[in-house]
Amino acid sequence: MAPKVKLPKPGELSQIDFKIPATDWMDTPVEFKPGTYCWGAKEKDLLTLGLPNPRQWSPADEDWKIPEGWETTILEGMAERLSKYRSFKIFMDICVRCGACADKCHFYIATGDPKNMPVLRAELLRSVYKRYFTKSGKFLGRLAGARELDMNVLKEWWSYFFQCTECRRCSVFCPYGIDQAEVTIIGRELLNLVGLNIDWISGPVANCYMKGNHLGLEPHAITGNIESMVDDIEDITGIRVNPTFNRKGAEIMFVTPSGDLLGEPGIQTCMGYLMLFHELGLDYTWSTYASEGGNFGFFTSNDMAKRLNYKIYAEAKRLGVKWIIGGECGHMWRVLNQYMDTWNGPADFLEVPKSPITGTVFENAKSTKMIHISEFTADLIKHNKLNLDPTRNDHLKVTFHDSCNPSRGMGLLEEPREIIRAVCNNFYEMPENTIREKTFCCGSGSGLNASENMEQRMRGGFPRANAVKYVKEKHGVNMLANICAVDRAALPALMDYWNPGVGVTGVTELVGNALIMKGEKERTTNLRFEDLPGKGGNE
Amino acid sequence: MELFFRDLLKERKSAIVEKWFDAIIATYPMDTSGFLKNQRDQFANPIGHTFSNGIESILSTLIEGDTFAEGLPFLEDIIRVRAIQDFTPAKALNFIFMLKTIVREELEKEIRLGQISSALLGFESKIDDLALLAFDIYVKCREQIYELKTDELKRMTFTLLKKANLMSEIPVQEFEHNDQK
Repeated sequence: MAPKVKLPKPGELSQIDFKIPATDWMDTPVEFKPGTYCWGAKEKDLLTLGLPNPRQWSPADEDWKIPEGWETTILEGMAERLSKYRSFKIFMDICVRCGACADKCHFYIATGDPKNMPVLRAELLRSVYKRYFTKSGKFLGRLAGARELDMNVLKEWWSYFFQCTECRRCSVFCPYGIDQAEVTIIGRELLNLVGLNIDWISGPVANCYMKGNHLGLEPHAITGNIESMVDDIEDITGIRVNPTFNRKGAEIMFVTPSGDLLGEPGIQTCMGYLMLFHELGLDYTWSTYASEGGNFGFFTSNDMAKRLNYKIYAEAKRLGVKWIIGGECGHMWRVLNQYMDTWNGPADFLEVPKSPITGTVFENAKSTKMIHISEFTADLIKHNKLNLDPTRNDHLKVTFHDSCNPSRGMGLLEEPREIIRAVCNNFYEMPENTIREKTFCCGSGSGLNASENMEQRMRGGFPRANAVKYVKEKHGVNMLANICAVDRAALPALMDYWNPGVGVTGVTELVGNALIMKGEKERTTNLRFEDLPGKGGNE
Repeated sequence: MELFFRDLLKERKSAIVEKWFDAIIATYPMDTSGFLKNQRDQFANPIGHTFSNGIESILSTLIEGDTFAEGLPFLEDIIRVRAIQDFTPAKALNFIFMLKTIVREELEKEIRLGQISSALLGFESKIDDLALLAFDIYVKCREQIYELKTDELKRMTFTLLKKANLMSEIPVQEFEHNDQK
């Protein structure tokens, strides 16, 4: 006789448990759903860069084609980094699981996924560290929070270290100052040892290595793009600006992320640079060789970042300039401000940056010899050197998004605000716990601004967008200003989804609009060819 | 809606909202620290804030028997969040149907006494309408995700295509000129 089937009672049927069955994090394997991860690094790019294990693969496949003995490669890599980077060893040892960081990560806030808590993201690596590098882990195993390194762990690392934007918001709240960005950086380095990167990083890195910039723009494309901006500036202002390229003997070299040379609203920011420098009569030059301020090598490995960064000083030396100005960018500035000097410095052949207009000596850049355009412009404004008409920006209600790296990485908090106040009449801050050193990431930093991971980006940027929504509803804010090329590329999509009607602009674009240039014709449009308030014929 | 039923719902509203909120939070991975539920700051916890604000407004709209026009922004806020999270379409929208279960549980005694059956049916039909609206919003959000990808590509490449004379744009002035004729 067949066993009797026990039918649930009607009362039992109505008892639906909405809870997802909870498993311990170590027993919860990672899933790869389209929209939430980036494509894997391509064979050709890894070959170009001489990185290990070049092959065609997809994160959605079961087999990631990792060479045999990979466990040894990873563990040896870990041992090497533990001895090389004291900070990494300390970060592995000192976390007390206080949880202060847990709810500070934009990815955790927007997903509720525990593995996006910074503490647990570090634990993904720490558990392996414990198993192989500590006595307690070797003997007590799981009891001491240790686990074996296997393929599931490797996939989990790849998933979650490419769900961290290295924004360092968590480290602001950590009582020990554990820098999760550094844990992610090491995690990504280890993954790269067995050929695991994402396409959106390894592609630009390979481009940058071969062509000088992430987008792979060749010299004629760079000069061509800038020339067409020059044409647009002439249409708008009646003034033809004359940028020079690769000019030896110029006083200053200007380096900006290549995102400013292509795509909106980056190009309008770039037009702002061109207009500002022309108006000042600055003796400066562009370089078609050092044509990338950003550095996606930084999201690959320390060595790769150093390799890509090298061209900046090399070009400054070749051209014989005195010092360097850098454009609006985020991670570019963490690299330049904190790493360039030790990697490729000291740049003894350069001079400490001194503004030829105001005479200000930028002591803060005494060693690197390179300053941020916002420092330079804010200094000009402080000394009343610019003729500005902020009413040209009167149709804008502006808020400012602190990009993670300039704010937390180099303390650039006041300069962009000073500039915005001088060039706009309507400026509104977002709430205190979402700006300055507590700023929320755009959700697309550290190489995650691909298109295939759009859902992931919309999640990661949700806390930022939520704060913008607040000032939009309260003050009618319609423009999100920033000083980062990745922001300019990534935030338009974020705003379209969460806050339709809010535009995105670089701070220097606002400057370009407000700047009254000597001998200019009466302007009727802004740099986007939109009518100026009260001046347009198309209203 | 019968007056008695409406008053009953108004009376139990806070209990219903609380249970509804808990049920929604339970659709997320184990919230052991209670962050999503307990962190009240709207900027520190935008998900919790969006949900708690939203469901209260939606319930008010349902109780008052208003058209959904006013409750919709809140509904959209919630769905916009769930549309980009780790949910299948069914799971993203199941929070609407949870309300039926919760109301039935909350008013169990009155239902047993047969006091409110017709009003309850009417109320549940309203929830069904809400679910249909939610479906529209959800699909709109998903479609937008795909649009964002193409828009982003256009922003990146349009200038180049124009420059290479592969694409051109008719200036606004030309249209105006024609209008004046």
